[in-house]
Amino acid sequence: MLETLTPTIASGLFDYAWLLIAIPALMAALLLIIGRATNRFGHWLATCAPIASFVLALILFVDLLGADPSARAVELTVYTWASAGAWQIDVGLLIDPLSILFVLLITGVGAIIHIYSLGYMATDPNRRRFFAYLNLFIAAMLILVLADSYVVLFIGWEGVGLASYLLISFWQSRPSAAAAGKKAFLYNRVGDLGLLMAIFTLLAFFGSTKFAVVEPLAGELSPAWATFLGFMLLLAACGKSAQVPLQGWLLDAMEGPTPVSALIHAATMVTAGVYLVVRSGAFFEQSTAASLAVAIVGTVTLLVGAWIGCAQDDIKKVLAGSTMSQIGYMMLAAGIGPIGWAFAIFHLLTHGFFKANMFLGAGSVMHAMSDDTDMRHFGALRRAMPITFVTFGIGYLAIIGFPFLSGFYSKDHIIEAAFESNTALGVLALIGAGVTAFYMTRLIIMTFFGSKRWAKGVHPHEAPVAMWIPLVVLALGSLIGGVALNGWIGGWLSGVGADSPGHASWLPQFNWLTWVTLLVVALGVLLGWWLYVKRPVSAKTPVPLPIGTAIGRQLTGDAVVSTVVSRPGLALGRGVALLDQRVIDPLTDAIGHVSTALGSGLRRLENGNVRTYGVTMAIGVVLMGLALILVWLV
Amino acid sequence: MTSIYLLLAAILFTIGLVGFLLRRNALVVFMCVELMLNAANLVFVAFSTHYGILTGQMAAFFVMVVAAAEVVIGLSIIVMIYRTRRSTSVDNLTVLKG
Repeated sequence: MLETLTPTIASGLFDYAWLLIAIPALMAALLLIIGRATNRFGHWLATCAPIASFVLALILFVDLLGADPSARAVELTVYTWASAGAWQIDVGLLIDPLSILFVLLITGVGAIIHIYSLGYMATDPNRRRFFAYLNLFIAAMLILVLADSYVVLFIGWEGVGLASYLLISFWQSRPSAAAAGKKAFLYNRVGDLGLLMAIFTLLAFFGSTKFAVVEPLAGELSPAWATFLGFMLLLAACGKSAQVPLQGWLLDAMEGPTPVSALIHAATMVTAGVYLVVRSGAFFEQSTAASLAVAIVGTVTLLVGAWIGCAQDDIKKVLAGSTMSQIGYMMLAAGIGPIGWAFAIFHLLTHGFFKANMFLGAGSVMHAMSDDTDMRHFGALRRAMPITFVTFGIGYLAIIGFPFLSGFYSKDHIIEAAFESNTALGVLALIGAGVTAFYMTRLIIMTFFGSKRWAKGVHPHEAPVAMWIPLVVLALGSLIGGVALNGWIGGWLSGVGADSPGHASWLPQFNWLTWVTLLVVALGVLLGWWLYVKRPVSAKTPVPLPIGTAIGRQLTGDAVVSTVVSRPGLALGRGVALLDQRVIDPLTDAIGHVSTALGSGLRRLENGNVRTYGVTMAIGVVLMGLALILVWLV
Repeated sequence: MTSIYLLLAAILFTIGLVGFLLRRNALVVFMCVELMLNAANLVFVAFSTHYGILTGQMAAFFVMVVAAAEVVIGLSIIVMIYRTRRSTSVDNLTVLKG
């Protein structure tokens, strides 16, 4: 389990931990403020920023690795942000086993994606702006995971929302991209509301939002408030991590450039929800209802995401559905309780590798196919782009859980833990693994095998060096990530050494469940093979859609949201507009009309004739005199 | 004695008022205003003598000073109007209406 360590005050190298955030943030500011002058070299500078942060993070990580397990949390107060009455809000950083893993993932995968973007965005006229936003994204995500309190976390949380908005709608002249950015932003706002409520609750009860202060006090919350807090945090996590019912934005977010999709899905953004739940574990422990809700949301999402993955023909949207599904696994693990937290983080890290790998691979395929994303127009690409094929294949084997690849270890743990906690959740997670195998098999067969269904004039070619080197690095990560982390991560996160619950060796323990899981996965692969190799794939989407596909397309929840939220909202807006036009406008207009009428009546008195004024004045004086006399008499 | 002065003042004021209301020539209207001012002055002075208090005479001086200033400005305005419009009839000066 994750233990809240009492942080020690930063010293030595840790005094410079703020540089982790400052480097990419400054670089983003530099590129955006200086502007066109940096057009020529800005992308190189921007690529150096996450690499520098990664190196620094690596040094800090080694430092922590050498430290005593109980002294592995370091806090660094940068400055006091606000102080009002009994409340003092410091901007501080917390470097502990959990956050340093995230920092390594964010800067590591982030740096690889930057390098890839050098190739991918080479000819884009707004390349400098793109790299500035990428750096902003990295900086915001680093603030999010390095924060030592919920308030500072919220800055990063909002920063991530902003950066994702800017990047999803990066090609802003495309109406669909602009709309997708807006959609992501609005969905995120719903989640932000949850986090804000959680922060207010914490401030009201404890007068602080610092992890080190509030987590030990979690037991003092009444069960009702602990449940409320848990649900609000879950709402926040749902928004950021695209969990049901706030999943609608994730598929549209594919409108952004492909490196952005990789960044959102692997290193930043969607992982924030899982991080939040794991970081707030102390509160979820206080409320069975909230924990169960997290597990249920995770399970529902992993099935919904998998279904969406089966129903899409767009390669990026299949991968987006698969991200939803995998994040669902992480949420499920996080909801199971302390034993699942390490598994959630483990799966998050391995997923970071293989999903970034596959997204960048998809970008490489799109690059070769003139930016077409429809898998029905692909096929037989394995000969045309062997490096992309091999690296993508490794990512594929990792995600379906092929033995000894990274996904095998992490997903197996989650399914096992789910079975231990609740058989129903376990069975559903198992089914999810089978469906994952099916849709990923479908994706890889439609893209790399079968017959050529290329559009006219398309000549696929292997990606440039800057694009395939990142693919190779990430593929290596997908290959060995599980083996390397399996025996170590539980102990690292629990802070007590290697005798943690679970799996201390790199060899997985093959028990009956492992075999069942492998069997289910094999069934999924066979089904995919049977449906898409045995029968030719049509270059056109069948009309009408098969019923399962049609339902899967609806599972993004767009129809539900538009019925429940958008339409009533629009109707309300129209009603208010009508009220304004029919009631309020005439009323205010009436006031105007009355004074206009009065004015034009009074205007007649001002006829410009001096003698008329004289008469009026004389009559007035006489009347006043009479009045005075009358008063005097009475 | 005082009542005679007051009667005279009343007659002067009435003449001034009637002239102000009935005459069209701006110069005559102006003179009528002066007449009313002087009627008021006469009342001030009459009461001052009647009660043996000098305040009324002081007021009369103030009125004279104001009247003098008014004559200076008023006459120059009338001259300007005559130069531009070749007429001093107040009935023709109805530009400033609402």
